[in-house]
Amino acid sequence: MSGLTYDVVVVGAGIVGAACAEECARQGLRVAIIDRDVIGGGATAAGMGHIVVMDDSEAQFALTRYSQQLWQQLRQELPADVEYEPCGTIWVATDEEEMAEVRRKQNYYAQRGVPTEVLDPQTLERLEPNLRKGMAGGLLVPEDVVLYPPCAARFLIERAQGAGAKLHLGSSVSQIGNGLVRLADGTEFSAAAIINAAGAWASALNPGVNVKKRKGHLAITDRYPGFIRHQLVELGYLKSAHSTSADSVAFNVQPRKTGQILVGSSRQYGAEHGEVDTGVLTRMLQRAQEYMPRLAELSTIRVWTGFRAATPDKLPLIGPCLGDPALFLATGHEGLGITTSLATARLLVDQIAGRNPAIPIEPYLPSRVPAEHAYA
Amino acid sequence: MPEPITVTVNGTSLAVPGGATVAVAIVLAGAACRKSVTGETRGPLCGMGICYECRAVINGQLHCRSCQIICQPGMEVRTDE
Repeated sequence: MSGLTYDVVVVGAGIVGAACAEECARQGLRVAIIDRDVIGGGATAAGMGHIVVMDDSEAQFALTRYSQQLWQQLRQELPADVEYEPCGTIWVATDEEEMAEVRRKQNYYAQRGVPTEVLDPQTLERLEPNLRKGMAGGLLVPEDVVLYPPCAARFLIERAQGAGAKLHLGSSVSQIGNGLVRLADGTEFSAAAIINAAGAWASALNPGVNVKKRKGHLAITDRYPGFIRHQLVELGYLKSAHSTSADSVAFNVQPRKTGQILVGSSRQYGAEHGEVDTGVLTRMLQRAQEYMPRLAELSTIRVWTGFRAATPDKLPLIGPCLGDPALFLATGHEGLGITTSLATARLLVDQIAGRNPAIPIEPYLPSRVPAEHAYA
Repeated sequence: MPEPITVTVNGTSLAVPGGATVAVAIVLAGAACRKSVTGETRGPLCGMGICYECRAVINGQLHCRSCQIICQPGMEVRTDE
């Protein structure tokens, strides 16, 4: 087949691929987006939709903050079904050790211009009366946002299409590289640049790309408006999210605009299949109930799993792939892809178009991490 | 006929036969169980706790399946949310 020639072909119509396609199309590039499934059908649909500033590392802070500001700029244009809700995050501290972490975090954010508020136990109880009594306090980060990721991805894809991008859904990609994208049905696209935004499946397309599946579970309740008012995350979450080997769970709950409550979270390496793991689910829900006993009275209507794309150093891969300068990676966002999608798109298109990036790009370049040995 | 008991549906007292489910009390009160997301009124369909159409607020607890709960004296039932 001939004629399928583009400036950029984006593989993956999750939030990251959608953002990359939109950014490329807005630059006037001829763009095609390919997904084997639907828009936002992978981690984008499975995850929570928390636009959150994080401080695990300077590079993670820079990327999350930059991207959060891009979401804020986009806010007025987002349709209602994206459910953009600036409800803020409260990091919940159970003891004095965690309150010390609250103060460290506040200081870190204050030095970098992110407003926060330290909450004493009484204020925390007033803001979130369904938390267990006797918490040590918390840190409110008011500029953090909750949204509904699949609709955000669809919005970005539609903007890309409005700027001329072509969308191909239900098309499995069998091979990418050297300026060619080949579909399972034999169709070929040629492109000056190819973006692998296939999330946890990026390494299936480019063996050697160092991302691993990190499975997560979520549950959602029926509608209980006002039961919680902020995204609530335990400070111990850091210990859980940082663990690179053991299965872990953490208290992480999110109010949806419908009044439903998303209940998380879990992290597992080495779990390749999508079935609900009742052991992990039980631990996750028990953890949530330790923080919020009345969750036990609520009706949970659905439970599901998804796969984060995890890298060894907890930072995404944004930039050219080693050995093929026309092949770019935009994956490895782990649990932060909704937050960092817009900044990822900017930084990637900065590289493709030769623009100056707003933040240093080096910490996210794929060349920083050794490639995994491809298995024969 | 069992002894009647008194419950409250949307603030109005109502006598129902002992052993009646809350869904019965709601029907006797002439109310619908709940409203859907798009505002349609809903009521018991399967009568066996599967369809969730009969959810109502019982003693302040949201989303109770009224067809599976037996009326108790003084029970407060709300169907207006």
